[in-house]
Amino acid sequence: MGKNIKITINGEVVEINEGTSILDAAHQVGVIIPTLCYHKDLCVAGNCRVCVVEVAGQKRLSPSCATPCEDGMEIYTNSVKVRNSRKHIIELLLSEHNADCTRCYKNGKCELQKLASDYKVMTDDFIPLVPFKHYTIDMFSPSIIKDDSKCIRCQRCVRTCAELQGVNALTVAYKGDQMKITTFFEKAMNEVVCTNCGQCIIHCPTGALVERNYIEEVWAAITDKTKHVIVQTAPAVRVALGEELGFEVGTRITGKMVAALKRLGFDTVMDTDFTADLTIMEEGTELLSRLKRALVDHDPEVKLPMATSCSPGWIKYIEHMYPDYLGHLSTCKSPQQMFGALAKTYYAQARNLRPENIVSVSIMPCTAKKFEANRPEMHDSGYRDVDYVLTTRELAIMIKQAGIDFMKLNDMKFDRLMGESTGAGVIFGATGGVMEAALRTAYELVTGREVPFEGLNILPVRGMEGVKEASVLIEKPLKEWSFLDGVTLKCVIAHGLVNAKKVMDSVISGEVNYHFIEIMACPGGCLGGGGQPIPTSPEIRAKRAAAIYAEDTGMPLRKSHVNPEVLKIYNDFLIKPLGEKSHHLLHTTYTARKRY
Amino acid sequence: MNTSATLVKNLADQYGRSRNNLLPILQGVVEQEKYLSESSMIEIARELDIPASEVYGTATFYSFLEHKKMGRYIIRICKTITCSMKGKNQVLLAIQDMLKIDVGETTPDGTFSLLQTNCLGFCHKAPTMLINNDVYTDLTPEKVRGILSQYLTKNKEGGQDGN
Repeated sequence: MGKNIKITINGEVVEINEGTSILDAAHQVGVIIPTLCYHKDLCVAGNCRVCVVEVAGQKRLSPSCATPCEDGMEIYTNSVKVRNSRKHIIELLLSEHNADCTRCYKNGKCELQKLASDYKVMTDDFIPLVPFKHYTIDMFSPSIIKDDSKCIRCQRCVRTCAELQGVNALTVAYKGDQMKITTFFEKAMNEVVCTNCGQCIIHCPTGALVERNYIEEVWAAITDKTKHVIVQTAPAVRVALGEELGFEVGTRITGKMVAALKRLGFDTVMDTDFTADLTIMEEGTELLSRLKRALVDHDPEVKLPMATSCSPGWIKYIEHMYPDYLGHLSTCKSPQQMFGALAKTYYAQARNLRPENIVSVSIMPCTAKKFEANRPEMHDSGYRDVDYVLTTRELAIMIKQAGIDFMKLNDMKFDRLMGESTGAGVIFGATGGVMEAALRTAYELVTGREVPFEGLNILPVRGMEGVKEASVLIEKPLKEWSFLDGVTLKCVIAHGLVNAKKVMDSVISGEVNYHFIEIMACPGGCLGGGGQPIPTSPEIRAKRAAAIYAEDTGMPLRKSHVNPEVLKIYNDFLIKPLGEKSHHLLHTTYTARKRY
Repeated sequence: MNTSATLVKNLADQYGRSRNNLLPILQGVVEQEKYLSESSMIEIARELDIPASEVYGTATFYSFLEHKKMGRYIIRICKTITCSMKGKNQVLLAIQDMLKIDVGETTPDGTFSLLQTNCLGFCHKAPTMLINNDVYTDLTPEKVRGILSQYLTKNKEGGQDGN
């Protein structure tokens, strides 16, 4: 903390901490300065120049995001000079931007469009350069569309991919008027090391990076009378969808979401939380069996620590970056894919439906899920297990298109069979959630007692710290687990792939000795996923996390192994965790990929 | 290991493997191979443990780090205003006519590549061009034909490549 200094902003004296940027200082006193390249999640770049302000005594305008306040500074954010420059900067950005707004996917959600509207850019004094540039539109990825004609080169995506994810799929290439945001050798996004996490999408101010949407395909399926369309909703969607539809950040709208899905015409609305609970049964059992093989059988082949496999961004990351360590991944499919495989088998049988007539749709906070559903091995039901993946944003678009007054909807409940869930399933949406859910179940399976945390809330695994460690001492286990007596189960949780790298490197170097690793590709876990409402920021993610844990606390059942529908599916169909049917439908294999 | 990989490894041994050694290594590869191929960039990324995209971003930023396949002799003719005023266009036409290639192209036998460059700092001796690292000044169509003929002869004899 630096010392306090005095500055004036538009004539008003302000006392602030030395080193605060002019932008932050202005925001503290209620003066809004427009920004484009600036983002709270990222380092300062200062390249778009939209946030320029006038500092008395200085001839040139200063970018307020990149200029620290100095004692006695006299700052003007709305002088004639600032207004003229800012407008010119916006006009210059537009001269290189394909401003075909009415046909743009981001129409109405674009930060550049909003600035052009706020500052009433109504002329084109600069030569439009779009016709002279041979822009590339990359539509080969099943998750992400990259349209260079919409790019303003603010480099938020480049910084996101490097700083938050450590993937560096995107880079700045060439210079001057040729400068562009591209990949290694300008290859298509699906051909480079990209995890499809979509963080670039939720940080892009314009329509240069958007999700590949499947809205029309889903409408077609819903309209087709011969198809039975079944939809599943991921845990993190219910705490964020409201943001797109007029609710405050952090509002839980689970019941309204179910009602809206029914009104859209989905035949059955069920819950990914159910398969999240099922994942815990499978993954928890897998962890215990690996521990048994290591501690009792002294099997040298067994891979510990075991890492979670729910996050498809993380899966693709480890396939690229640590292909020799795929054996450490749990073989469990993600909840989405478990649901998909069961929809066309278990559900089809129970409802007497032909699997070829079922269209399985999922609503996800995630763009990597689109890639995951498209993976060739995800056909264990004999059909494509999940046909279409929509993001939270796409669902909001459909709800608006259908003319549904979301605020006025009455709460409804998920359909039965695969719609019941517990609080343990819900918290999958937050970083640390899978770990917490797994511990609630595994500890109780082993000891016969509830996990020793007040109210089942395992607080050490919660929160937004990049890497969190936790350990649980197992005492007085049941007879069959006696080999675990006195064992301290060591766990680590990471979110954001840059933190995944830290964990993996420390595991590989042998300096740590974990049993269980939870990794989520996106900051904050799924609640901060690449398919979630835009904008995102640390505050928004914290509010969504609070909503997730409130949802958990409000559930009558909070442990996966007491979910009655989970018990029923084992009784009627799967027989037992890691059984033959589970192995066939709920588990998968991974593919080593090139690092470069 | 292929030759590119060996070259990159040797350069990394020579200059070091931290991120700020990227530029001399890129220059070293260009000096030997005339351009940075996809495979050599991947080797550099692997050797320095940095993302391949970052290598590409750096390589494309600098004009003299080519990333398309280049001929043995790279002709860079100055395109800036003084050279233009002093007859660069006629010189360029003479080169194009003699080598039967356009700007940005390489002769089919891989001997010459023709590029344009920004100011070489020889405005007082315009028009100017570079062939690899050698500067040629006060060019005329006739003079440039003579220079290229010498290179063609040298190339046939398999002599030094003029570095």
